Amino acid sequence: MEMPLWEVFVRSKHGLSHRHVGSVHAADPRMAVEAARDVYTRRMEGVSLWVVRSDEITASDPGESSSLFEPAEDKVYRHPTFYVVPDNIKHI
Amino acid sequence: MYTVELTKQNDTAVVEDAAKNAAFEARVAADEFVEPKDWMPAAYRKTLVRQISQHAHSEIVGMLPEGNWLTRAPTLRRKAILLAKIQDEAGHGLYLYAAAETLGASRDEMTEALHSGAAKYSSIFNYPTLTWADIGAIGWLVDGAAILNQVPLQRTSYGPYARAMVRICKEESFHQRQGYESMMVLANGTKEQKRMAQDALNRFWWPALMMFGPPDDNSPNSERSMRWRVKRDTNDELRQKFIDVTVPQAEALGLTVPDPDLKWNEARGSYDYGAIDWEEFYAVVRGEGPVGKDRIKARVDAWEDNAWVREAAMAHEAKRAARKAA
Repeated sequence: MEMPLWEVFVRSKHGLSHRHVGSVHAADPRMAVEAARDVYTRRMEGVSLWVVRSDEITASDPGESSSLFEPAEDKVYRHPTFYVVPDNIKHI
Repeated sequence: MYTVELTKQNDTAVVEDAAKNAAFEARVAADEFVEPKDWMPAAYRKTLVRQISQHAHSEIVGMLPEGNWLTRAPTLRRKAILLAKIQDEAGHGLYLYAAAETLGASRDEMTEALHSGAAKYSSIFNYPTLTWADIGAIGWLVDGAAILNQVPLQRTSYGPYARAMVRICKEESFHQRQGYESMMVLANGTKEQKRMAQDALNRFWWPALMMFGPPDDNSPNSERSMRWRVKRDTNDELRQKFIDVTVPQAEALGLTVPDPDLKWNEARGSYDYGAIDWEEFYAVVRGEGPVGKDRIKARVDAWEDNAWVREAAMAHEAKRAARKAA
């Protein structure tokens, strides 16, 4: 019987977020952390690990990506560069 | 990586859709990355599962010829290096299995395919490692050839495969350099050591050239794989590149490349080289290499002898979960 799959996230150094690096099979959370250490941090790639069961992740559907992400495209007024301010106005 | 969801998605993707297919081809042609949940043609998925799992199997089987010398490494330094290299090979195999699993292949299926002989792995690992110098030659030549094969795959169209290759390439560089350094020590050592280094080069040179696969005119899926960006250079191009960079390295060691037809071609700016024995290649791929059967037997034995560990770990977790629920 196959052991469950876990997604592995590594914090490369303090001050940065954990980032997805791959996955491992393990029977339980502790074994998953130990396997992740051996597989993904053999060269000081991290200072912290997260593991989460792959089947616990809900991902967005690529088929819905336009309805999810395209509405942001025509909202340029959300960016500071949308606003024209005269050159003589400083610190803004 | 999201394997569970993918298994369901696979069933619907079997019905090929012309519009989706055209959009897919356009994306890949524009060098965009394809990610696990994206729509992809069934043949693309199949090609990738085959290529990535073969690649993973090669990393796993590749541990065996090196493990042969682990207890007999000449110094503690060499032993620590070899141990680290073998651990890397296991890591490479696991990154790649994980990438293949995002396409819906299960780990158990892939393991079973390797053990039954249904899946192939790199022919190079069906040659024995007879002397310590073979370990140096493998790092220098085999990992050197692997780097040339793998560097272009860092830009392959399938995201998880490309990302695995980035990690692998970083680590392969250590493998090649430690191998060359080990060859330098032998080549500059006693007469016997130098003879041993030459003998290793003699035996691994041709198999290393075969690692790039059959000649372009006999490589049936090459064109489609190039179009899909799962292959970025042809076999012969990579082989030529390998010869051109490796011959000067052999000369610097004071060793002779075992090819009487090897000659610098000024007009081409490349080396001309002798004919490769492709009959040998196909025989070795079929598992008829000197140690093909031993390799698979070692894998199967390890898997079966350690089944109790996997079962115990699962039983322990089931007990823990039941206790938690109670």
